[in-house]
Amino acid sequence: MALTIPDVMLARLDPLANWVRSNSLWPMPFATACCGIELMATGASKHDIARFGAEVMRFSPRQCDLMIVAGRVVMKMLPVLQRIWLQMPEPKWCISMGACASSGGVFDTYAVVQGVDRFIPVDMYVPGCPPRPEQLIQAIIDLQAKIRATGTLQGTEFGKRTEHKGPLPMSLN
Amino acid sequence: MPFDTLITALKLKFADLATSEFRDNRRLVVKPPQVFEVLQTLKDEHRFDMLFELTAADYLKYPKATDRFGVVYGLLSTTTGERVFVKTWLNEPELTLPSAFPLWRGADWMEREVYDMYGINFDGHPDLRRILMPEEFTSYPLRKDYPLRGRGERHNFPVITRAES
Amino acid sequence: MPLEALQTLPEGPEKDYLWTLNFGPQHPATHTTLRLILTLDGETVIKAVPDIGFLHSGFEKLGEDLDFNQYVTIVDRMNYISPIMNEIAWHHVVEKLMGIELTPRCKYIRTILGELARISDHLLAAGAQALDLGAFTAFLYGFQQREVIYDIYETISGQRFHPSYTRVGGLLFDVTEDFIRKVRTFVKEFPKTHADMCRLLNRNRIFLDRTQGIGVLSKELAIDLSCTGPIARASGVVRDLRKDEPYLAYGDLQNAFQVICASEGDCYARYTVRMEEMRESLKIIDAAIENLPAGPVNVDVEGKAVFPEQQAVYRSIESMIQHFELVMPNRQWTPPVEEVYGAIESPNGELGFYIVSDGTGVAYRARTRPPSFIHFATFPYLIEGHQISDVVAVLGSLSIIAAELDR
Repeated sequence: MALTIPDVMLARLDPLANWVRSNSLWPMPFATACCGIELMATGASKHDIARFGAEVMRFSPRQCDLMIVAGRVVMKMLPVLQRIWLQMPEPKWCISMGACASSGGVFDTYAVVQGVDRFIPVDMYVPGCPPRPEQLIQAIIDLQAKIRATGTLQGTEFGKRTEHKGPLPMSLN
Repeated sequence: MPFDTLITALKLKFADLATSEFRDNRRLVVKPPQVFEVLQTLKDEHRFDMLFELTAADYLKYPKATDRFGVVYGLLSTTTGERVFVKTWLNEPELTLPSAFPLWRGADWMEREVYDMYGINFDGHPDLRRILMPEEFTSYPLRKDYPLRGRGERHNFPVITRAES
Repeated sequence: MPLEALQTLPEGPEKDYLWTLNFGPQHPATHTTLRLILTLDGETVIKAVPDIGFLHSGFEKLGEDLDFNQYVTIVDRMNYISPIMNEIAWHHVVEKLMGIELTPRCKYIRTILGELARISDHLLAAGAQALDLGAFTAFLYGFQQREVIYDIYETISGQRFHPSYTRVGGLLFDVTEDFIRKVRTFVKEFPKTHADMCRLLNRNRIFLDRTQGIGVLSKELAIDLSCTGPIARASGVVRDLRKDEPYLAYGDLQNAFQVICASEGDCYARYTVRMEEMRESLKIIDAAIENLPAGPVNVDVEGKAVFPEQQAVYRSIESMIQHFELVMPNRQWTPPVEEVYGAIESPNGELGFYIVSDGTGVAYRARTRPPSFIHFATFPYLIEGHQISDVVAVLGSLSIIAAELDR
């Protein structure tokens, strides 16, 4: 039976945009430490992130819409991270990969930021030290579902979130 | 060269040289002003041609310690494979040592790291800046009176929210 | 241009034509977090000033807070492309401090794991060096075998990346038959991948043109700058701790391997040394797995250094007391009040620890001698006078691991 394609297709713009966005995430690999190697493993042939449309790793933040913070972020690196986040064009999402990026992990020391979500918005947390490639792929699938469920064409869902959602920085004493 | 021979040879030049041994580590303990001269003698006359290690430790809370900082130079002879450690003690406020950079260019970064972590100055170093910590950091993190979790520097950044970015 | 001339660059109008280029800390070719400030004359780099510390996480401070067994999880994360080598180095030094002589089986297992780590490190180092120069395929071939090594780690410890497998005086568990089978399969199948990588790169015109004669490190400079490991050996410094100061089972396996050296000291020599070292590592693994001694993996419980077996803890009061003593922070081990330096040959060079002990189970000072830190200091000397596109070639050939660099 031949598949007939109609001459005209009608669709709402929001779901269409979300469908396109969610299946062509271009990650910005902000790889600092061990998780960066697992991120490479995710991109390599055995796990092959290309199956989920997210293999186009671009090291220029201007071309990316998904930041993967892989590894611990320390005092000297955080201003760089924030600057790269601000350089990325809308719409953009952020995955915090691994325990160190999400919470500081085993490095509860003077230099390590205890979770990047204190200073930049994070959409998806991946547990593990480092997470297995399967976990990262699951996070990307979940993020795709999130984009499809909540995204709008104008990105108004971002503007609504004026409050900082993560844990607040500790008071200085 | 056996360690005894080395000590005898060095004692001719440096009378108040103390020595100690533990496992296969052989140490010479010298006074801070003599450090450069001892290192130079070891390099030129005893063929210890590589500085493989330069580090320090803060003995503030060490049992029965009399001095505050110990600086350790590890020398290796690439021809014979022998190692020797040169150790010196430093106390506040005179935290200055002569730089080993004129002898080994490899001392450059290691001295900068010791300066960064302990605040020990190296006289004659071409570029003594902080190397690991940010420039604006004021403490010396590996000193024993600095807490493991810091003094809140790690949280001292602006917060970027979704609406702003 | 000699180095002295570079230290004093011309000031004023003469300097106007020079460009300053910031390279990193977030750049594809820096792999992790390195920053370089390059002074350029056209496309020629005339001065490079590295700026590091973008991953300084306080490893050494944590070493003063965690006990000898706990700290193994932290050193794991130091050179994260060959984690188990750091564990072996750390416990090698701790055991040297306490004067513990390991059992033969433990020595052999650690040797096998260390050599597997060396192969996985060199695979990534050589693959990433090629990746930086545009050869993606060799990197993918290398990663395929790294997955096999990850699988072996997972078999022994349950964690594929950071096994945390060594303990003071022994290992977490004994290995199983499954491990031996997997290592044998690896030994059989790895040469094919190795040959594939060699075929892809060794005579690749682009790869040769971009690596031969680039970033030459002379033997004198290598010694002056404290280089060790493959980088020194590629410059003709014949030094390998496995031969010179044999530790673990290397004393028994002296005849199984050779030290690989080159004399050119350029990027291609460093690549070749790594590729050939993998072959030698494979010979060591082959010899060690076939001669794996039987017997316990941990030293005798009487020495009060290792945990008793779990069943014994449940069944006898003595074992329970000993377990308790090793776990309580105010009991634990009682090493001599001394300081000791020990080192092993890690894939990157001499990985040493300098432990100052105050007689408790926690190191008073746990200094790491990080090979990456020392090797990165050579970078300004290597890149002088080369083109800007050679920056990535030299960086790739040094195999700088940021976590080991900054700790």
